[in-house]
Amino acid sequence: MKTLTLSLRNGLRRLFPAVCGVLIPLTLTGGDWRQFRGTDISGVSTEAPVPSKWNVKDGENVAWVAELPGRGLSSPIIVGDKVLLTASSGYRQDRLQTLCFDRKTGAKLWERTVWATGRTMCHEKMCVATPTPASDGQRVFSFYSSNDVVCLDLDGNLLWTRGLTSDFPNASNSLGMSSSPVVVDETLVVQVENDADSFATGLDVKTGRSRWKKTRPKRANWTSPVILTEESGRTLALLQSSAGMEAVDPMTGETAWEFTNGASTIPSSVVSGQSVFVPSNGLTVLKSGSEKKPEVLWSDNRLAPGTASPIIVSNKVFILNRAGVVNCADALTGSALWKLRLTGPHSATPIGAGSLLVFINEDGKAQVVDTAKPEGEIVGESDFGETILATPSVADGELFVRSDGHLWKIAAKK
Amino acid sequence: MRRQVLMLTLLSAAAGANLSAADLTPHVTAIKAVGAEGAGNEAAGAAVRELSKEPASSLPALLAAFDGASPHAANYLRGAVEAIADRAAAQKQALPLKDIEAFVLDRARDPRARRLGYELLLNVDADVEGRIIPGMLLDPSPDFRRDAVERFVKAAKETPEANKSEAVALWKQALSGATDADQVKSIATELKKLGEKVDLVGHFGFLTQWKIVGPFDNRGLIGFAKSYPPEEKLDFAAKYEGQTGEVAWSDVKTEDEFGLLDIAKAVSPYKGAVMYLAADFVSDKDRAVEFRLGTPNAWKVWLNGEPLFGRDEYHRGMAIDQYRVKVALRQGPNQILIKLCQNEQTEDWAQRYQLQFRVCESSGIAVAPVVAARDINRTTVTVQAGGAE
Repeated sequence: MKTLTLSLRNGLRRLFPAVCGVLIPLTLTGGDWRQFRGTDISGVSTEAPVPSKWNVKDGENVAWVAELPGRGLSSPIIVGDKVLLTASSGYRQDRLQTLCFDRKTGAKLWERTVWATGRTMCHEKMCVATPTPASDGQRVFSFYSSNDVVCLDLDGNLLWTRGLTSDFPNASNSLGMSSSPVVVDETLVVQVENDADSFATGLDVKTGRSRWKKTRPKRANWTSPVILTEESGRTLALLQSSAGMEAVDPMTGETAWEFTNGASTIPSSVVSGQSVFVPSNGLTVLKSGSEKKPEVLWSDNRLAPGTASPIIVSNKVFILNRAGVVNCADALTGSALWKLRLTGPHSATPIGAGSLLVFINEDGKAQVVDTAKPEGEIVGESDFGETILATPSVADGELFVRSDGHLWKIAAKK
Repeated sequence: MRRQVLMLTLLSAAAGANLSAADLTPHVTAIKAVGAEGAGNEAAGAAVRELSKEPASSLPALLAAFDGASPHAANYLRGAVEAIADRAAAQKQALPLKDIEAFVLDRARDPRARRLGYELLLNVDADVEGRIIPGMLLDPSPDFRRDAVERFVKAAKETPEANKSEAVALWKQALSGATDADQVKSIATELKKLGEKVDLVGHFGFLTQWKIVGPFDNRGLIGFAKSYPPEEKLDFAAKYEGQTGEVAWSDVKTEDEFGLLDIAKAVSPYKGAVMYLAADFVSDKDRAVEFRLGTPNAWKVWLNGEPLFGRDEYHRGMAIDQYRVKVALRQGPNQILIKLCQNEQTEDWAQRYQLQFRVCESSGIAVAPVVAARDINRTTVTVQAGGAE
């Protein structure tokens, strides 16, 4: 099992930008993909290329497919030899499942269910299992639209649970909640932001108790936090909202700096090196500093993402806009490079594997774009034949994709 | 504590379990002690680990321990039950099926635990559904009722057209157990096709007649937090200074079969406004019920002058039973007051100003007032039979 400790990863992250002086995707090797858009939340794996084409009917490049017992817009996560994901089922969507599959064979290893303690009403396109779970390598933290947090060990033993809506009854959104939590060292950072009782909290991964809880802008927010490790070594959790971006100490919740020019409440930010790409006024790139306000490196209102979040590959930023057009720009300057129209609509954020970007639209059609080509080029198209809204996951050249009914592992035969 | 020990002892004896109640009780007690904001999580997690080591014979006692458990504690207990059942399956250990089935059939037990026990049986006994579910039509558990309703729906659909009276009887039986909106709607549609009248207002327990006053000012969203005179005292003869001049209480009633009161249509499409609605609910006894609301608007609710809950959210969707508020009705008249706020959004999808309100048991089955169709200003009332359809 190729795993690195988080502290080693952090150390490497701190080292690389300082040595190279350029934007470097923060993805590290290790074969895991431990939270939404990967362990480092870059959405990129540099370990090995994924197949550009596959066929779920004849099995070409399909390592296995597993049946799922419930709906889900959450991504699978990969921890060692296990694939974990969440689902929700029942007429009231009040059965909240965490599922664990054998990464090699697709066999279901275990399944755990809790009853929702918070509200389960969602927009019909969403479901209660929309946030992606997170793992620190020893535990998995499943989070749901009902604001239930369930901590299990990797063998499925229940360690603790929290019901954040039962604790704070007005913390809910009748359209559903989607923010995926992130693990930063010993803290699970959770955004529970809505029109009525909006907050973020840092939960002790060992007990589930709040290290801190802070009031957040009172407006519905579906974005997920990201992690920034500054050159100084300070690690910050970045909380996006309609108001902008707030960088907090994950252990204390203390605010380090704020960006107050507003931001989107659907696509999330992405961090590359010391730069934070925020869906704000199109796209705004921030650089953290010693001041209470970050430096704005550049901003371009033509680079507004749709639902999918931005992604950085090889010093290029890729934005999938509402019209289904991929805009490629220089990540250092914002200069436009090329555009490529895809078949949409898309809810899932693309993920990167080497120079490839994998886009999957809501009809289940995957389009693989080679970003190394001068104008970008679709090098493979495949059809899952089912609605897919969840962002895929990738590690070690293995692509994991889920619908409401199935989980696929796409990988070339080794 | 003594009661728990006694209960577990009796159950273990009845189930022929290997362990004594004393083995389980400290762990169950630790789990039931979990509180708000993660209090007691470590002890509960440790208790789950210990309980998970118990043999399959402990399952009936563990299911019995759900009685009185908070939703949070029930999830911890479930974790232990699932771990024991998984291990039993992996090691091909037999489950105490007879005892679990007896537990499942005991309606006095916790509905969550009964359903969990049923699902344990389903994994190993293909006949259990046909044996148990038909008798669950009026079960306290919504999940059991839903399954039972499905069986009656299937039977009704399979009834030959010539046997209309038999089909009607089956559809009516199905309706008697249905509280999920999708099932009720489809059954009502079929009954209407067969020429039957269906009282969905009575079936769900919707309140359809209200006193209403307003608008008061909610421009700039100031109204949700501001206390206007109806919050201080309900006086249906009073007149108040409203947003657009003097306002007074009037009657409003909806004929919608799902109890939807559309203020925008029935009164006026106010924007930036607060309206108050009041109704009386006469209860046959002191009882715990739920107020269930559906509205795309911000709202607050009071019962007998006491604030219960409020929600400052606009136009994020509306559904039957969107919100559930647990309340304690007292015997006799109970005064319900609702504050319904509309914002100033101009988009087409942000124009709804609506309320759907019902009174039911926690199972979802309607609770009817002993006095219905009562004008709360009148001294004489029309008495109707209580009970859900």
